Amino acid sequence: MSAVLAATGLGKKYGRTWALSDCSLDVPAGRVVGLVGPNGAGKSTFINLAVGMLTPSAGDIEVLGARPTGRDAQRSKVGFVGQDTPTYAGLSVADHLRLGASLNPQWDGALAEQRIAGLGLDPTKRAGRLSGGQRAQLALTLGIAKRPELLLLDEPVASLDPLARREFLQDLMEAVADQELSVVLSSHLVSDVQRACDYLVVLVDSRVQVAGDIDHLLATHHRLTGPRRDAASLPGDQQVISASHTDRQSTYLVRTERPILDPAWEVSSLTLEDLVLAYMRGAPSVTERPPMEVLR
Amino acid sequence: MIEFHLDGQSGVAPYLQLVQQVRRALRLGLLEQGDQLPTVKDVVATLAINPNTVSKAYRELEHAGLVTARPGVGTFVSGTLAADNLAAHGPLRASLEQWLGKARRAGLDDESIEALFLATFRSTVIEETA
Amino acid sequence: MIWLTYRQFRVSALVLLGGIVAVMAVLAVTGPQVADLSRSAGQGFLDAFGADRAKTTIFYASTALLYVLPAVVGIFWGAPMVSRELEAGTSRLVWTQSITRTRWLATKLGVAGAGAAALGSFALVLTWWCGPMDDAVGKGYASNGLYGQPRLWPSQFGARGTVPIAMAVLALVIGVALGLVIRRAVPAMAATLVLVVAVQVVMPMFVQSHLLPRKHLIAKITQDNLAEVRAVGDVAPGATDVVIAQLGISAGRPDAWIVSNRTLDPSGKVMDKYPAWVTDCAPPPGAVTPPEQVQGCFTRLADEGYRQRVEYFPASRFWPLQLAETGVLLAMAGLVTGFCFWRIRRDLT
Repeated sequence: MSAVLAATGLGKKYGRTWALSDCSLDVPAGRVVGLVGPNGAGKSTFINLAVGMLTPSAGDIEVLGARPTGRDAQRSKVGFVGQDTPTYAGLSVADHLRLGASLNPQWDGALAEQRIAGLGLDPTKRAGRLSGGQRAQLALTLGIAKRPELLLLDEPVASLDPLARREFLQDLMEAVADQELSVVLSSHLVSDVQRACDYLVVLVDSRVQVAGDIDHLLATHHRLTGPRRDAASLPGDQQVISASHTDRQSTYLVRTERPILDPAWEVSSLTLEDLVLAYMRGAPSVTERPPMEVLR
Repeated sequence: MIEFHLDGQSGVAPYLQLVQQVRRALRLGLLEQGDQLPTVKDVVATLAINPNTVSKAYRELEHAGLVTARPGVGTFVSGTLAADNLAAHGPLRASLEQWLGKARRAGLDDESIEALFLATFRSTVIEETA
Repeated sequence: MIWLTYRQFRVSALVLLGGIVAVMAVLAVTGPQVADLSRSAGQGFLDAFGADRAKTTIFYASTALLYVLPAVVGIFWGAPMVSRELEAGTSRLVWTQSITRTRWLATKLGVAGAGAAALGSFALVLTWWCGPMDDAVGKGYASNGLYGQPRLWPSQFGARGTVPIAMAVLALVIGVALGLVIRRAVPAMAATLVLVVAVQVVMPMFVQSHLLPRKHLIAKITQDNLAEVRAVGDVAPGATDVVIAQLGISAGRPDAWIVSNRTLDPSGKVMDKYPAWVTDCAPPPGAVTPPEQVQGCFTRLADEGYRQRVEYFPASRFWPLQLAETGVLLAMAGLVTGFCFWRIRRDLT
């Protein structure tokens, strides 16, 4: 399966500040990617680069095999729902569907109308008079009815109430099941990411801290609790994500592909939230340590 | 038809929760042979979870011989998990009850029993892996 | 994209185009009436026209409308085109459908540009309507109003012919460009107003007279052709410290636009100071001097080699000048449009 989104050393500079630096990602097709990180970490910048609204200052990004700002960009195959789901306040719901139909070659008008009817939206009502949740649903309809291969969503539910948020996600997931859609969803709500996503990218301080299949990440990250020990005494294949110590006890969050063999540790698994928080707190330390050998 | 729910706080992986809910329904007789499980699309539209999660759960159930997927039609219950299956392990159950009796007489409370069981269970698993 | 452009333009286009069509209808109806009046009134035509309140109102209103039109187009069609979308965030919606930003801009500019040109073409109707008045000016009939001045004069030139069409198009793209740079609608509208008015002032004042080669006329200054005497100082009767500053002759063409009317000294150079005897020779203001005495001044001027040089554009240069200025304005519009297409492809946050 080819990558639906591939970034190499991607960076974006505003003036003298790097909003995004040295991002390398390879996202396989058919995933729902959760892009998490604190505000200002670069999530919006990344998504805007992926959809072609911004040009990279460094590095490269390819979406569906083409540069988003290039001549052969796959514009009709990439859908986008922007932050706070912008709509034309003066145009009606039906006008928005007409907009979608006239600007998109693969527009599925029947699907759009079915969704609007299912949502109970009045086609003649102006978008400016819709509630926040309804506007978000309208924007999602435009994105889904375009029949894209990849749908990018920049924190579309951040300012919605819990019910509107849940309904938005339900409809998004239904479209994913229906259309075999790949999705990149930026969010700062880990609970939403946990439900909906199967691939995680954590962006902190304009850099990618971790990226991968959620199942794989959860299987390879462990919490080690045991008597107090120095990080240098841990095997080299165990990457320390975070560490905390009391006078008697040490707790390490480590990442490793190999099983934890040391019987001194109590090993427990992390929730997705634990994992995201650990990466958001600090960059992992990288020190050279010898791998552990089992002596029999 | 069974209706799924998701406990976001339980720490159990979502797909496993779905598997467990199907198994419990089978055990309780709420699901019978030939019943159809909700389509991936329906589950996803209700729970707002990733379709792959549902697919994975259904695949695991199929692997365990409990359901069969009929392409283009749906996923149907094909096996049973009646309570009497547990009867097949009667002797094991009896010796476990004996052990529990001994543990209580030794003065262990519920938590200690559970901790002792889990620690021993885990250490045997590790020994088997090593 | 055509549908979307139409849908977004609908209201303002209908209002402006509707207004212009209404005014054009008025001109179409009253045009024959003006022609009839010119035939029946003969030499007194311009005065008769001036006495007709309705006709003069139509004239002044139409002229004013054409002068205001470019700024209106620039402010209401040009400035918000990109800046409103950026401000409202709708650019993130419309530019992520399947068309490129270039195509989006091209369609919008195409439709708006056509609309602006259509609005500006109202000037052609006005030019036709003013035909009788321009003929009357050419025949030398006098009048006080603006309608009695040659249409070549900068005061009216910008409201006739094809210049308003080009000006409207230029104003439109100036608005779009400023919207792209400033990125907020209201400041862009203000800046557009300033820039468009600046162009409308600079063109007639500094550019129009240099667009084509002027015609020259060099003649002696005579009593018959003396048309203008400008003096500096106190011009009350009996005053003694008056100095003749400038003399001007008529080119014999009442509908020409005289750009320069200067006296040349005997060596052929333009003079800015006349010799003292000219002031002494000239009749004092208010006094009655015998014509033979005054004639001596003119003879002396001619004998000493002083000539008057008039640089002018005859009425026949009206359309060539129109086309030249239209060309300049459209070339400017082309450059600004090129800038717009370059800018829209860069990051716009």
